[in-house]
Amino acid sequence: MPIFIDRRLNPKDKSLGNRQRFLRRAREELKRSLRDQIRIGRIADVDAEHAVPMPDRGTGEPTFNNARNSGRRQYILPGNRHFSPGDLIPKPGQGGGAGASSPGNTVSEDDFRFVLSREEVLDLFFEDLELPDMVKLNLKEILAFKPRRAGFAATGSPTNINVGRTMRNSHGRRIALRRPKQGELDAILEEIAMLELVQSSAATRQRIAALREELDRLERRRRRIAYVDPVDIRFNRFDPQPVPNANAVMFCLMDVSGSMGEREKDLAKRFFVLLHLFLKRRYDRIEIVFIRHTHEAQEVDEETFFNCTQSGGTVVSTALEEMHRIIEQRYPASQWNIYAAQASDGDNSITDSERCIALLDGKLMRLCQYFAYVEIIDEREAHIFGTTENGTSLWRAYSAIDLKWPNFQMSRIATPADIYPVFRQLFGRQPTLLKRA
Amino acid sequence: MATQAANSELLFSGSDWDFTKLSRVYDAIEAIAVEELHLDIYPVQMEIISSQQMLDAYSSVGMPLMYRHWSFGKHFLHQDLLYRKGGRGLAYELVINSNPCIVYLMEENTMALQALVTAHAALGHNHFFKNNHLFKQWTDAGAILGYLDFAKSYIVRCEERHGLAAVEAVLDSAHALMEQGVFRYQRPPKLSSERLREGLRERLEYEERSYNDLWRTLPHSQQRADVKVQDPEWKKSLNLPEENLLYFLEKNSPVLEPWQREIIRIVRVIAQYFYPQRQTQVMNEGCATFVHYTVMNTLFDRGRISEGAMLEILRNHSNVVFQPAFDDPRFSGINPYALGLDMMQDIRRISTKPTAEDRDWFPDIAGHGNWREVLLDAWADHRDESFIRQYLSPALIRKWRFFVLGDAADQPHCEVASIHNERGYEKIRAALAHNYDVGANRPDIQVVDVDLLGDRHLRLQHKVKQGILLEDTSRDATLRHIRRLWGYEVSLAAVDAETGLTVHERSTSQIAE
Repeated sequence: MPIFIDRRLNPKDKSLGNRQRFLRRAREELKRSLRDQIRIGRIADVDAEHAVPMPDRGTGEPTFNNARNSGRRQYILPGNRHFSPGDLIPKPGQGGGAGASSPGNTVSEDDFRFVLSREEVLDLFFEDLELPDMVKLNLKEILAFKPRRAGFAATGSPTNINVGRTMRNSHGRRIALRRPKQGELDAILEEIAMLELVQSSAATRQRIAALREELDRLERRRRRIAYVDPVDIRFNRFDPQPVPNANAVMFCLMDVSGSMGEREKDLAKRFFVLLHLFLKRRYDRIEIVFIRHTHEAQEVDEETFFNCTQSGGTVVSTALEEMHRIIEQRYPASQWNIYAAQASDGDNSITDSERCIALLDGKLMRLCQYFAYVEIIDEREAHIFGTTENGTSLWRAYSAIDLKWPNFQMSRIATPADIYPVFRQLFGRQPTLLKRA
Repeated sequence: MATQAANSELLFSGSDWDFTKLSRVYDAIEAIAVEELHLDIYPVQMEIISSQQMLDAYSSVGMPLMYRHWSFGKHFLHQDLLYRKGGRGLAYELVINSNPCIVYLMEENTMALQALVTAHAALGHNHFFKNNHLFKQWTDAGAILGYLDFAKSYIVRCEERHGLAAVEAVLDSAHALMEQGVFRYQRPPKLSSERLREGLRERLEYEERSYNDLWRTLPHSQQRADVKVQDPEWKKSLNLPEENLLYFLEKNSPVLEPWQREIIRIVRVIAQYFYPQRQTQVMNEGCATFVHYTVMNTLFDRGRISEGAMLEILRNHSNVVFQPAFDDPRFSGINPYALGLDMMQDIRRISTKPTAEDRDWFPDIAGHGNWREVLLDAWADHRDESFIRQYLSPALIRKWRFFVLGDAADQPHCEVASIHNERGYEKIRAALAHNYDVGANRPDIQVVDVDLLGDRHLRLQHKVKQGILLEDTSRDATLRHIRRLWGYEVSLAAVDAETGLTVHERSTSQIAE
């Protein structure tokens, strides 16, 4: 008699520790391949699982191995059909011996893709953004769902039985099937008792027998037709509802004139992704509108937004006008929470900067929940511009807005770590931002 | 009478299993295995696991307890991928050479499959583990689980004390040398008992407690000349040449801390524990397959398994022993299950119904009559290499249509050297046996010299057999690992085994870090 042990309920994920060690080891490479994916992928896709290739550096497990292309070997193979000693067989392809050439290794140990969970992806994404831990935690948190009553269901757990509804069904069924009531039975019993007291004629006896038969029939019927049948039972139905339930639209504005290179766009994209992550956590439904501009602005899809450059001058106000037009048309501020993120290298003509101030001050800032502006600068310029208030014309113009509107944020960024401060207020003062939600 | 009646009943019907059925089937199978095949087994502990847990077990080399290391995480990802893409099914069972013998059964298996697996693993493998001389001499089934438990907690403690990175570095290097971390010829020292390990730990703790930094400030002794006289003596105490690199580094490395030595020792002990399994693949699987095949047929003949269940069992059995020919796209080497089972059934045939040829080739066992005894002896006394050398019969060579293909790296062609004819039998048998000789086929690398008093240069020698060299990149990477454990320069000389000439030399100073 052997000992049986049921291990199925033991904690799963025994290898979780090993996985974490592996990811830590391959961190740098994973980060790079993830960054490449984010660069070509869509903003909204960051917040999901990602398949990444097996990193080849740092995860090798070398041992002493025989080289395949040296020396003399003998293979013993089954299934000889027509060979005789001395027959020569050409070697197939490069390296390796004939028949025994590498066994059907479809997926080699080091060459495959595996899936990083959403948590792991975000961990890697956040790494050089230098977000405070609280913020990281907030962003990773999945939208909470709250069960809300939504009608009745025929199935469910016993705790959710709706007694009223169940009894109503039961009552209707009893009436429809004419289940004898207790009163009818009692009446017959009473009559029998009365007749038995008298007990005189044959007619009464016959009557009693008939009554007894009737009583019997009714009782059998009562037994057959249940008081509460499984078909009567109704359960309260609950629907998971996300809280809070609100819509947001996110405007991504970017200068795409020639001066915005790969590096600038990569930084801008991370800036947009971060805002999107934040919005996604807060709102049920988010739409993203991409507006690019040179000396004229147009709404484009994400693909074009990040990948095409256009030649032309820089007139920032066109983008703001376009944004205003789209808001008027499609996203009334009464129904949508409007967020805007603008990335630029700061070049703009002075007269146009004036126009930008007017537009923002007069129209847009009243509509927007939040407007974040980043100016992407060269790392060398970072020292020069780091503290001083003078700068490009757009920067100076926006400084005025920054003073006047608390929901306007601006920052100069040279490295990914500079992005977060733009959002600091957004992540810090949540309650007031929810007022319209 | 009652037992007679019970015997004729079906052990189970339907495909669902439960614990009563499992235990009833086990009892019936054990009874047959013991009375029909005279098997001798460790007590059995059966554990039901899910596919997820099976994957976990796969990635930690099949052991129920294992220390943590990133490479296991990597293997898990790989296995998981293969499994999910349907590229590879999971094993139906996993068996561990321990006392009691632990058998994992997958919860997805049908009852018929559970019966098959019970006969295969809980009886077949179990008997082999308990009786084969390699396992008896080289592994300690009673101590392995306790040792792994110790290893796991020891490594956790090291990680806490010295940091993950430091422990990982030692493990990485030790893993790279696992192949060279076994005693092939000399019997390994016994696993030290709990008491001995306790003593060692106490001594280490005492040293740590009584550590005095003042000792470091003492001037070093200047008497090098005196020591030099004893040089040859010292070298002799190193027992060179040494084939077990991990053992050598553990005992003699000038740079390792005691905890690092203990970690190397853990890796070495685990490598040694698995060494017999690698030498007895064909026999181990053959024995288990032979046992399940015989037991299941006996059960069926006695009417204790329904025809439907038997069909399912046979279908699985024939999948397991499927052997495609060399030119079949599915061919991936010789299937050890198929070869093992065929050889063992062949032995049974030779002992009971020998032909004239068999009498010629196997005078000892042909017509012996008692095939059980012959098989039990073979299972106990051989490893793959000697088993094939001893028992591969011409009849079987003809059945498999074996042929030998010579492959020299400098030739554009492979040449058919021998086929299944009178002149070829001996050669095929010898060549096949040689291919199963694990010790002869892995690179033979030994420590030959070390300059302990000078620059501590460690010299390794690779005996080049049949002109087979080492693969360059992995060799360099592995040498780097040895250097990390040794702390000083390491060089590897490739010496031709026949001529004794040095073919090639590589030193860590030539390899960029």
